[in-house]
Amino acid sequence: MKYIEEFRSRELAAGLSRAIAQEADPARTYNFMEFCGGHTHAIFRYGVQDLVPANVRFVHGPGCPVCILPVRRLDDAIELAERHGVILCSYADMMRVPGSGRRSLIKAKADGADVRMVYSLLDALAIARANPAREVVFLAIGFETTTPPTALAIETARREGIGNFSVFVNHVLTPPAIRHILEAPEIDPAQAVRLDGFLGPSHVSSVIGSRPYEFLAERYGKPVVIAGFEPLDVMQSVLMLIRQVNQGRVAVENEYSRVVTREGNLRAQDLVDRIFELRPTFEWRGLGSVPDSALRLRPAYAAFDAERRFALTPKQSRETKSCECPSILRGVKKPVDCKLFGNGCTPETPMGSCMVSSEGACAAYWTYRRAETLAEIARRKVAA
Amino acid sequence: MCLAIPVRIVALEPDAMAVVEIEGIRKQVSVALIEAPAIGDYVLLHVGYALHKLSEAEAERTLAMMAEAGLLASDELEASP
Amino acid sequence: MSHHRHTDRIDLSHGGGGRATTELVRGLFQRHFDNPLLAQGHDASVMPRPAGRIVMTTDAHVVAPLFFPGGDIGALAVHGTLNDVAMAGAVPTALSAAFILEEGFPLADLDRIAASMAAAAREAGVPIATGDTKVVEKGKGDGVFIATTGIGIVPDGIDIGTHRVRPGQAILLSGTIGDHGVAILAHRQNLSFETRIASDSQALHRLVADMVAAVPTLAMLRDPTRGGLSATLNEIAEAAALGMTLDERAIPVLPEVASACELLGLDPLHVANEGKLVAICDAADAPALLRAMRARPEGAAAAIIGEVTAGPAGMVEMTTMIGGRRIVDWLAGEQLPRIC
Repeated sequence: MKYIEEFRSRELAAGLSRAIAQEADPARTYNFMEFCGGHTHAIFRYGVQDLVPANVRFVHGPGCPVCILPVRRLDDAIELAERHGVILCSYADMMRVPGSGRRSLIKAKADGADVRMVYSLLDALAIARANPAREVVFLAIGFETTTPPTALAIETARREGIGNFSVFVNHVLTPPAIRHILEAPEIDPAQAVRLDGFLGPSHVSSVIGSRPYEFLAERYGKPVVIAGFEPLDVMQSVLMLIRQVNQGRVAVENEYSRVVTREGNLRAQDLVDRIFELRPTFEWRGLGSVPDSALRLRPAYAAFDAERRFALTPKQSRETKSCECPSILRGVKKPVDCKLFGNGCTPETPMGSCMVSSEGACAAYWTYRRAETLAEIARRKVAA
Repeated sequence: MCLAIPVRIVALEPDAMAVVEIEGIRKQVSVALIEAPAIGDYVLLHVGYALHKLSEAEAERTLAMMAEAGLLASDELEASP
Repeated sequence: MSHHRHTDRIDLSHGGGGRATTELVRGLFQRHFDNPLLAQGHDASVMPRPAGRIVMTTDAHVVAPLFFPGGDIGALAVHGTLNDVAMAGAVPTALSAAFILEEGFPLADLDRIAASMAAAAREAGVPIATGDTKVVEKGKGDGVFIATTGIGIVPDGIDIGTHRVRPGQAILLSGTIGDHGVAILAHRQNLSFETRIASDSQALHRLVADMVAAVPTLAMLRDPTRGGLSATLNEIAEAAALGMTLDERAIPVLPEVASACELLGLDPLHVANEGKLVAICDAADAPALLRAMRARPEGAAAAIIGEVTAGPAGMVEMTTMIGGRRIVDWLAGEQLPRIC
């Protein structure tokens, strides 16, 4: 696997591990937030923590589109599938996420709703073409990476006159979320002080470029290194962040230069801009209402907007009680701080979204680090 | 987030579609989001769409940078008393 | 060669117990499975009492698609059951097969499946000694379901089971993982990609016979099917109340399979196999066992992938590609392709 395996080499990892150990100042700690769930997954899947000193700490951010989708939006999607007689197409990632009353798309499907898992929007369009008498709704989730394919599908549907296709848009934006973490008063105010730098989004940046993060360095004085999703990318980026911190530098650097440029993919940006506009505000699980942080279809594309096409009923959606997903997504708590972790909430019976997505912090601790996490929880119980 | 992997374009097809390959696996994907796709290009594939070309030169440069960091660290280890 | 017209289909009379049923059984199943035990023509087959302890296992087979590169539901049913018998260290002696057919199922496809089962059984040298057929109404089945039972004999002195697993023992794997699951996935609607990957569906009893001969003190055998290698190792670790440590770099995965997994966001450790086994033996015997495995085509890519540890109990740990640590967990729910 060219350009994949090279970035998982044990030899190179050992060298980077030595370099990080040598350059990290033992007299201080380094708290780096990895914004993306893809980084969280890589860190845990490959055990990157084991190759960096204990004073280099990863703080897990909210960059998992499955995790941050509020229960209300998921309840709406379930309603679309159950009460409006549509074919609801979804990426498989969303299928097991619990909504209100721990209902999920997979349960709705089992109860007879027509929910179809698709790998690509191309498949959703094909389903719409093949079922002209049915309404086909695509549940669109994702950050800037996943938005251009949605935009392209909507353009295709308009060009071909696929009138039975619409999209339930939940596309969100990374830079406003990062700003929110550093600025919003409801977030632990110490958080902004604590963070020493960011591992910047990887594939998001292939689309939007590295430029949108420059405010982080300029305005908040936080070093950023755009980091690829392979384990060696994470390690190299950590080394680059440590160097910035040690040298007192603050800059946006790009480790993932093989696919990220400063400008990004202009063609994709133009397309997205033509079809989508900013929502004034959008609710994120964990972050609350974040201004200018999500997209909706422009009025010219209203016909493809499932929210306008179907009358969704107002709901009193509820998060699972005592689920700590919100604080975990802000990076102010860890899965060990949640009473439900392993105590009713596991990947088999998830009570919160962070336990479902393979990018969620809870799923990562459970799946890859369970022994020591449970041991830590037991230690705390004894101490208390 | 955003699972995406580098694949190589092996054939261009009508309607901005292309066949990509990785280790003998072939799949038809959309290349409508990138400028001037060409056979032999490595592209980043996400949900059936090529998102960006991959620069082979930059990939090599990054790998060289990683190797150098390791070498430098071992030199210093040897040099330290 | 098919004896049925392309348009012939299963109808409810094939399950009615009348002439049509008998014609189906004689004309299709008996013709393909033909062997002295089946030729007795009774509802039960009578066979001589064997020397040794008897092993018995049963399996139900549902697979979509029914035909896939490297096999079909028929061969899979035979191999799967032979392998379950073999995992007790046993020599399989006879199989049974029960078919649940859906009204409307093409007879030509059934003929192909029966022919494939017969070929697999003949190749393995094990007769299909008895069988049964039922037909369900259209919409109440998925073409064809097959239930198979196998019996076999364990030679004296062979004692295989989780009770024999001890810390320090070596864990061996007979070949590449994930081939079957990826071959099936490639043909699922919506995921379609082109690949040369074929299912690894194969009988393992001859490999087991050689392994048992080489290392009679072999402690444990199991074939990692559904749930993949991770499920099998977790089952063993849990049952033995011991731990395990694997080395990710030692686990063989075909590059095509690894790539398909990257594409779909799957972990090859969770992907199904139909012709692989895990063996556990004393560390000192591991080289001899590995040699015996590699000497057979079914075990040509065999490798030592890790060792049994004192604990934590039930935890399978792994040194990752880059030299970090992780747990190898059970698959949660169904393995679904992901985009993030």
